[in-house]
Amino acid sequence: MLHIVNKSATDRGSLESCLAMATKGSAVLLIEDAVYAATTGGAAAAKIQAAAADLKIYALGPDLAARGMAARVLDGVNVVDYAGFVDLVAEHKSCQSWL
Amino acid sequence: MSDMDEMEDGSGIVKKFMFLNRKAPHGTVYALEGLEVVLITAAFDQDVSMVFTDDGVYQLLKGIDTKGIEVKDFSKTYRALDGYDIEKLYVDQSSIDARGLTEDDLIVDVTVLSVSEMANLMAEQDVVISF
Repeated sequence: MLHIVNKSATDRGSLESCLAMATKGSAVLLIEDAVYAATTGGAAAAKIQAAAADLKIYALGPDLAARGMAARVLDGVNVVDYAGFVDLVAEHKSCQSWL
Repeated sequence: MSDMDEMEDGSGIVKKFMFLNRKAPHGTVYALEGLEVVLITAAFDQDVSMVFTDDGVYQLLKGIDTKGIEVKDFSKTYRALDGYDIEKLYVDQSSIDARGLTEDDLIVDVTVLSVSEMANLMAEQDVVISF
């Protein structure tokens, strides 16, 4: 399953809810303001790195760049472009957007 | 400072306006809209302070490149505020700390305040507008 999160983890609880529900082997794609969670130094960094042991974590590159965060991506996070976003949706049987 | 200062030419009253920015850029329209309102307020010669707390500190990051998401990059506008006599920019220390940021990561010169200093600044305003 592909989980998609688009809200900042320091503003809303959707990332936390997602990580609690995502089962081993699932993919989590961070887009829009959720990409801050995939960057170094933030409060969510430890959660993302811990989650990366059981989940595949992706972040949308254009959203990172638009937020000045392209050079701060955490190790273990895979950066994808829009084509990669489409591939992820196509590869997974189902998607859940944590709006 | 008194709450209100009559302008010498008597053309109006100057109030202390605080614009409180608490949202990250791009994910919502708040940051851009807040900036537009600040520029309008400046045209009326008001005493404007811009405050960045919580995710609002992300608005001021260097190195923003919005080409990939095809929206306006308004981050350069913060550097132009000076030209509109908006020179009071404040950032909450705990908010940048919590996000692994430092003053050097910001696109403009700001005054970094502790929570209690920020609280005092807020308390002395005539008007607080939140974005």
